[in-house]
Amino acid sequence: MKSLFLTAGALALGLMASFGAAAAGGGHVPFSYAPDPANTASLQRGARNFTAYCAACHSMSLLRYSRIGEDLDIPEEMLKANLMFNTDSTGDTMHAASAPGAANWFGQKPPDLSLTARARTPSWVYSYLMSFYVDDSRPLGANNTVLAGASMPHVLWELQGWQVKPEKAEGDDAAHEDDHGGGHGSGHGDASPNGLELATEGQLTPKEFQAFVGDIVNFMAYAAEPGRVERQQLGVKVMLFLLVFTFLAYLLKKEYWRDVH
Amino acid sequence: MAIVPNPHKTTGVLGWIDDRFPLTKMWKDHISEYYAPKNFNFWYFFGSLAMVVLVNQLLTGIFLTMHYKPSAELAFGSIEYIMRDVPFGNIIRYLHSTGASAFFLVVFLHMYRALMYGSYKKPRELIWIFGCLIFLVLMAEAFAGYVLPWGQMSYWGAQVIISLFGAIPVIGNDIVIWIQGDYIPSDATLNRLFSLHVIALPFVLVGLVVAHLMALHEVGSNNPDGIEIKKHKDASGKPLDGIAFHPYYTVKDLFGVGGFLIIFLGIVFFVPDGGGYFLERPNFIQADPLVTPEHITPAWYFGAFYAMLRAVPSKAMGVITMGAAVLILFAVPWLDRSKVRSIRYKGWLSKIALAVFSVAFVLLSYYGLQPPSEIGTFISRLGTVIYFAFFLLMPFYTSIEKTKPEPERVTG
Repeated sequence: MKSLFLTAGALALGLMASFGAAAAGGGHVPFSYAPDPANTASLQRGARNFTAYCAACHSMSLLRYSRIGEDLDIPEEMLKANLMFNTDSTGDTMHAASAPGAANWFGQKPPDLSLTARARTPSWVYSYLMSFYVDDSRPLGANNTVLAGASMPHVLWELQGWQVKPEKAEGDDAAHEDDHGGGHGSGHGDASPNGLELATEGQLTPKEFQAFVGDIVNFMAYAAEPGRVERQQLGVKVMLFLLVFTFLAYLLKKEYWRDVH
Repeated sequence: MAIVPNPHKTTGVLGWIDDRFPLTKMWKDHISEYYAPKNFNFWYFFGSLAMVVLVNQLLTGIFLTMHYKPSAELAFGSIEYIMRDVPFGNIIRYLHSTGASAFFLVVFLHMYRALMYGSYKKPRELIWIFGCLIFLVLMAEAFAGYVLPWGQMSYWGAQVIISLFGAIPVIGNDIVIWIQGDYIPSDATLNRLFSLHVIALPFVLVGLVVAHLMALHEVGSNNPDGIEIKKHKDASGKPLDGIAFHPYYTVKDLFGVGGFLIIFLGIVFFVPDGGGYFLERPNFIQADPLVTPEHITPAWYFGAFYAMLRAVPSKAMGVITMGAAVLILFAVPWLDRSKVRSIRYKGWLSKIALAVFSVAFVLLSYYGLQPPSEIGTFISRLGTVIYFAFFLLMPFYTSIEKTKPEPERVTG
């Protein structure tokens, strides 16, 4: 009977833990992407890509340039030359260059992206960036399978080329979902998990484009929680200490309890 | 009985203090000569762990309050400021946010222990009542704290919970406005919840914890056998099956704390979001009264109660059901009519009842967090009936069943 209740307790704990898997951002997420916060080279490329293609409209009002420089090993001169175009102060956060006009151009203010990777999941952001397609009914000629009716234009069209939505094929997505991990997303040439086909080629091959988007998402995941790598490094030390501490506490308990019969 | 200063006749500096303040007396009464049964098992770790988590919440809370801005305009940004610019701010914040979940987990297991071993039965009714009050205040404290980051889930969670008061007939809507200090949750709401969260409720909570422990030390701890260790004492009046809390249980609990911290800090340092259950994704978007999140969920520890709320078709009845689910706990000492305390010696009816209740509570917790569905509603309704049946039928099944004989002395 005792074991029955222990089992019930363990079951309860197990269920609580398995809750972990469920919650994700809304909508259908065809690709999966696992950020690699320790891959500094990818983060540096992501910061460059983000600055070049996203930062004109999107701010990251919670991320300071100095913090980027510190975390991603970018010296101040390189920071100023490559990432900082509308300020000279490294203590500033990333403001969007065109912020005032953007709301009029696109119908709504482009959102701040500081926390988007945490609010939506990196896989969602990756999938979103991979899933623009030609749609003449939209004001800017592009729509998105992940976020239908998105007001954002297909900013990366030069690099990716143009995708189209095949007439009948409604994407046999699940079969293609896999994770390459290590800061790289999944996806296969023509039969893409989002059901889109590449109609016009861009400057990058599909593989290069996946890596390009992956770097951006990796950077956005970093921006959503810059302290993540340090936290995990500290965590390893804390765990080692606790293992020793708990072992010693166990020995102490055993020693004291010798005389309890 | 007159108070005798310095009953232990200490001398020197300690004597000077003991002549004026019961330092040695308190140490001996509550720690070094407080005799606890020697047969505590795994389930008896959760009391001291609840204390550890309480201290964690108080300490991390103090540092969070130093940097947090209780204003609808600034709250969200100040949390991110803590996460990014305050040294170790992210760790402090995760300790606090994970600590809230840990608090409930530990308290649930602590209460479950009491249900298993009949720790609420005479003469421990007041320990149980103080415990129920702690649970009630803890729920209020957790709710108030949940709103403070002022993210989308904070905001809409507050909106849903406060609107429950609207179910009160006639004056409901006025009460909602009175609680919010506005027509919708707003800056005024945030400010008063901050005040409650950092001053009023912790104050009450700590006071209740003191009362809980004083009542415990007055009558002594129960044990897995549910028998009274004070029945068999040695010549000096020390219970034969009792051991001094210090050093025996202090070192044992130290080991328990180590084991707990490995799990707790493992979550803090490696999965502080808890997969979206300890820190919800929508809460990384600032509160927006104009945009409702697609799926408003309560924190996981309110799941069971939220499931009961949704299981009842009428809002007013749902609120009453949810409230009754907590209040019925207070009656447990008088619902249990069994001759024995511990589940070990109760009959099979009690054992089945507790097992079914446990499964029902876990299922309610699970379905309370899922979007509404037919199967979810069905299981929630069934679970709600089982939850209440467990308590309301207790006088019957505990009195008609055949119990096993209790041992004279504690068994391992």
